[in-house]
Amino acid sequence: MSKILVIAEYIDGVVKKATLTTLDMARQLADKKGADIDIAVLGSNIGGVASALTGYGAGTIYVADHAELEHALAPTWAKVIADIAEEAGADVIAASASTLGKDILPRVAARLEAGMASDVVAVVDTDDGPGFRRPMWAGALLADVVIDTDTWVVTARGSAFDAAPATGGESTIESFAAEPGLGASRTRFVKFDGTKSDRPTLDEADIVVAGGRGLKSADGFAQAVEPLADAVGGAIGASRAAVDDGFCPNDYQIGQTGKVVAPQLYFAVAISGAIQHLAGMKNSKVIVAINTRDDEPINKVADYSLVGDAFTVIPELCEKIAALKAAG
Amino acid sequence: MKILVTAKRVTDPNAKLVIDDDGSWIDDDVEYILNPFCENAVEAALQIASDNDAETIAIGIGDEEVQRYIRQGALARGVDRGIHVDAEEQELDSDLIAKILKAVVEREEPDMVLLGKQAVDGDSNQVGQLLAEMLGWPQATFASEVKVEGAEAIVTREVDGGLETLAVTLPAVITADLRLNDPRYASLAGIMKAKKKPLEELELDDLELDDEEPKVRVVKLHEPAGRSAGVVVADVDELLQKLTTEARVL
Repeated sequence: MSKILVIAEYIDGVVKKATLTTLDMARQLADKKGADIDIAVLGSNIGGVASALTGYGAGTIYVADHAELEHALAPTWAKVIADIAEEAGADVIAASASTLGKDILPRVAARLEAGMASDVVAVVDTDDGPGFRRPMWAGALLADVVIDTDTWVVTARGSAFDAAPATGGESTIESFAAEPGLGASRTRFVKFDGTKSDRPTLDEADIVVAGGRGLKSADGFAQAVEPLADAVGGAIGASRAAVDDGFCPNDYQIGQTGKVVAPQLYFAVAISGAIQHLAGMKNSKVIVAINTRDDEPINKVADYSLVGDAFTVIPELCEKIAALKAAG
Repeated sequence: MKILVTAKRVTDPNAKLVIDDDGSWIDDDVEYILNPFCENAVEAALQIASDNDAETIAIGIGDEEVQRYIRQGALARGVDRGIHVDAEEQELDSDLIAKILKAVVEREEPDMVLLGKQAVDGDSNQVGQLLAEMLGWPQATFASEVKVEGAEAIVTREVDGGLETLAVTLPAVITADLRLNDPRYASLAGIMKAKKKPLEELELDDLELDDEEPKVRVVKLHEPAGRSAGVVVADVDELLQKLTTEARVL
């Protein structure tokens, strides 16, 4: 029997949507392979995370609760994940293509001598059995790949899957005696400087408001993007150019090498739409471009293009959205 | 101190890609550039080398054309010497590339391997991490700042939700994110000097890999469903009307 081990991600003890989208990918794969699903939760003081995941159809939830696992340091987490995979008899190890998954899962693959498919957007049938679809060349082409080793390692792109709904049923929670070996990892956690925001995060938001270089400065970025994000209850994103120029924090970056999003509604404000940016947002359901021109690459993917200066258009837009909301 | 840095050739992101007749790869008659993340890695290697009196070595893997990118992208910028491993890129997956790098690391014994965090053609983002595990070394991926302090590298990493700082004991693998630095341009003198710098050529056989079979295979490439351009709206009122009644997303 095939077994898929899903690595849970959480923040402040709350399960992240990335865990549920990975579970969705795992279910699709389980249907094709005839596999069972287990979940692994690693960290320190994480009992709550495991109990929150019992309704999702996993057979066993392995809890590796250990002080040395508090920070997701790649060598120690990879070792413990590989150890749990062996104990569970898992032949597929899956995680989100978040920065955590991207950092750690290749080390798991190397430990298990497994082939790895990164940033998977679909589970597909190929002539050689179940495979994975993944974007290459900034999404200019999609590749169907197969893994030829007995054990597979996969990271799933969050925006390409739905959050798996709870299906009821109970999972067995099993404490796993982890041996992280922090000393041998020769890695020391120094600090984490979190981006503070009360807005939704990019990977969980239904609406994203992203700003680009056309906003000219950090002040301009804040002045244009923040009121609109607040008016629609959206998350804030940015083009690489805006991040490079210091208009906003690095984890706002949307694109090939930043975050990939597919919200219901995407506002691109003063963004021209380089291919690398489009790679991170072109699967959004509805795209609105607000720009001083209507012949930029962004306009070729936008459903609605509004031509105008963001600094005059956005206050009007915010005011009218507020009026709409007030009218119910 | 010795630093090994990768110089990977990638297709120009603006090039029009054509799927080949076989359907599983692209027609390779396109423009290439040095992987942008490798440019950051090369710059970081040069800066660290100048502060710590280190030797720098650039490695490229692929056919003979790759030598051009080692010379122009790395040696002309100031890297001391190059290594070219002759291989058919299409037949390599991330695992084999990491194995090749591991074999070179065992020959050269560097204190640090710097790589781009991902190659913008395959977009796998695996090689640095695979290499670190194969070597049993610590890693610091997606680096936006690197400082060497004694036996450690202090690395700031760009991760979801903010910036993480790790201290890794050398030797270590570090992968570069775009904000790590602004890569310098090669000077004319640098380009002239690069022509005479040593560039060692290795065959795969020289590296005696225990396994030369890729673990992951592309069986088919296809074009993503296109997205057609929409309409230009006249003003804010029309935009709101479209979003509420046509698209129904507000």
